[in-house]
Amino acid sequence: MFRIDADGKYFQQLNEEIRVAQDSEILVEHCMGQRYIGAGVSGKHLLIRGVPGNDLGCYLDGGTIRVQGNAQDQTGDTMNAGAIVVEGSSGDATGYSMRGGKIFIRGNAGYRVGIHMKAYREHQPLIVVGGETGSFLGEYQAGGTIIVLGLDSGGKIPVGNLSCTGMHGGRMYLRCRELPKDLPAQVKAARASAQDMARIDGFLDDFCRTFGIRKETVLSEPFFVVMPNTSNPYRSLYTFN
Amino acid sequence: MGINYNVPEYEVVRDPQRCIACRVCERQCANEVHSYDPKTGKMKSDESKCVNCHRCVALCPTHALKIVKNNDTYRINAQWSNEAIGEIYRQAETGGMLLSSMGNPKPYPIYWDKMLLNASQVTNPSIDPLREPMETKTFLGKKPDHIERDSEGHIRTDNLPPQLKLEVPILFSAMSYGAISYNAHECLARAARALGTYYNTGEGGLHEDFYKYGPNTIVQVASGRFGVHKGYLEAGAAIEIKIGQGAKPGIGGHLPGAKIVGDISRTRMIPEGSDAISPAPHHDIYSIEDLRQLVYSLKEATEYKKPVIVKIAAVHNVAAIASGIARSGADIIAIDGFRSGTGAAPTRIRDNVGIPIELALAAVDSRLRQEKIRNNVSLIAGGSIRNSADVVKAIALGADAVYIGTAALLALGCHLCRTCQTGKCNWGIATQRPDLVKRLNPDIGTKRLINLVSAWKHEIMEMMGGMGINSIEALRGNRLMLRGVGLNDRELKILGIKHAGE
Repeated sequence: MFRIDADGKYFQQLNEEIRVAQDSEILVEHCMGQRYIGAGVSGKHLLIRGVPGNDLGCYLDGGTIRVQGNAQDQTGDTMNAGAIVVEGSSGDATGYSMRGGKIFIRGNAGYRVGIHMKAYREHQPLIVVGGETGSFLGEYQAGGTIIVLGLDSGGKIPVGNLSCTGMHGGRMYLRCRELPKDLPAQVKAARASAQDMARIDGFLDDFCRTFGIRKETVLSEPFFVVMPNTSNPYRSLYTFN
Repeated sequence: MGINYNVPEYEVVRDPQRCIACRVCERQCANEVHSYDPKTGKMKSDESKCVNCHRCVALCPTHALKIVKNNDTYRINAQWSNEAIGEIYRQAETGGMLLSSMGNPKPYPIYWDKMLLNASQVTNPSIDPLREPMETKTFLGKKPDHIERDSEGHIRTDNLPPQLKLEVPILFSAMSYGAISYNAHECLARAARALGTYYNTGEGGLHEDFYKYGPNTIVQVASGRFGVHKGYLEAGAAIEIKIGQGAKPGIGGHLPGAKIVGDISRTRMIPEGSDAISPAPHHDIYSIEDLRQLVYSLKEATEYKKPVIVKIAAVHNVAAIASGIARSGADIIAIDGFRSGTGAAPTRIRDNVGIPIELALAAVDSRLRQEKIRNNVSLIAGGSIRNSADVVKAIALGADAVYIGTAALLALGCHLCRTCQTGKCNWGIATQRPDLVKRLNPDIGTKRLINLVSAWKHEIMEMMGGMGINSIEALRGNRLMLRGVGLNDRELKILGIKHAGE
């Protein structure tokens, strides 16, 4: 494993070293807020100790990034493939507009998680948050799957206000005993059926394996599933002039 | 169904002496205006469907057709025009926001027509471009603060930030695949390559067939991030971050699911039938610092090899906004005036939001000069450029180059009927219907675009030569070459020009 000490290093230099590294396994130590780590990278496996800055793994096109610590904003912005695993928490707009791959956050995530997430054919993105998220979760969600577990929330709603605003594709799963009261009119929400749960069973296995969590713990609370009731939410908004 | 209060806007006049009922008009009209009546053996028209695109007129073999403005009128009223009344009826019937296409058609001032160009007489003789060298080449991108020399004293050029090289200071502006057809994109791409300039993908991704035109392609990244991935970013010669668009400043885009079919779906990388919604803001941008972050994330992803353009709509505080962008790490700022076209925009936004590009461009160029950051960025002006004189005036006001959109579509056969939003463009431009798209012949369309820009290039050289100027570099920001006519002091001050006679 190729080791890079990020202590005091400017982001451009750090990212250049990651880009040109011959070894596909790279350990970045003493990370202290450097942005764009792994931007557009594919086929590399980064292990990051410390706190990577904004836009971690933006345009990521394969490979893996694991953070032993917290991540900041826009983790996985517009990512296409690969995996980002954060052992701590992540900031706002995690998974902004991601189209493929997966993001696992063990702790909490900020506002606007999964905003404008989309899916296309074999690209089916996935975000799983072990803790809670802020407001506007899955805003404009157009595809893929967002799962918020609230593992330490005691069954309480694990998301902030106004989730799913503008949602017009994909699915969202919330592990809690009641639904948020402020879901918009263009989504439908219900207790997850056995069929719904079967769809995410593999995702939950993967998440549990990644962080060493017992699956029985995850399944000890009920899940709700939220989906759009139309893929054309604004069709009747206009009249031709 | 109640009474439809709306009166047809146009009248189809068919000369019965000339009409041979060949039914060409019927086959050509996607709006289904024309029909054949087998009982009488004559053609009929349903004018309520006519958008005045002139397809039938152009193809009628006997010139039997003309489309005229319907003379029918409500009671004449200076306050309540027929248009104002008709719009009320439309909204009362549907409850919808009015949706329009192409640029703002209202009679606001056109400042291009209130500025006149200079020419040399006696002193500083004019230059004959047919005889003497005349440089229309220009480079877009951040320029260095000072000259560096290598150990042998030669000026270094290997340390420049990435530049776009244009043989002529005209680029084709962003029009997405989805808003316009495959054939229209092919024409723009091929013409850009032949002309040594660039076309712009818009926010709909880049069709796999057009990756080969990458060196002449600007790829756009908008809030919806449609079709944006590593390969796309690497395909283009430059990356444009779309913040705003002159036709609809401050609001997002919305390509209806009905248009997300086949290749459009594949290129945007979203499912067929799903609406393509571009939110109004980029949700990761709340400040210039955030913009800088997106600029640098794109530079990181493409290893600092490509210039990044930030496109904004011309709005009230455009100079201050541009000043921020010039400090964000962006290489080029594109400013889009309130006349710029669109495939669809709410009528009220299109017709009432934004400011004229002439004033915006002058204000931005002045501000960047005052703050001594003009060399940080190049400026592209767009949204209303109609001819080569507009191009010359824009460059004299401070632009490095111009974007043309509407003019390029007109070259392809667009007749400005302003109904792109229906997706039934009879000229094969703003449609995805295969039977309509094939009407636009890519070979002919490419040639017409090359003709247009080549003609403009000659005219630009003539005008520059007349002013005794032999390069775009010497014309840029050269406001002494402009004089205003019929402008007030405030307008002249903003434009930074003198009145004619001064």
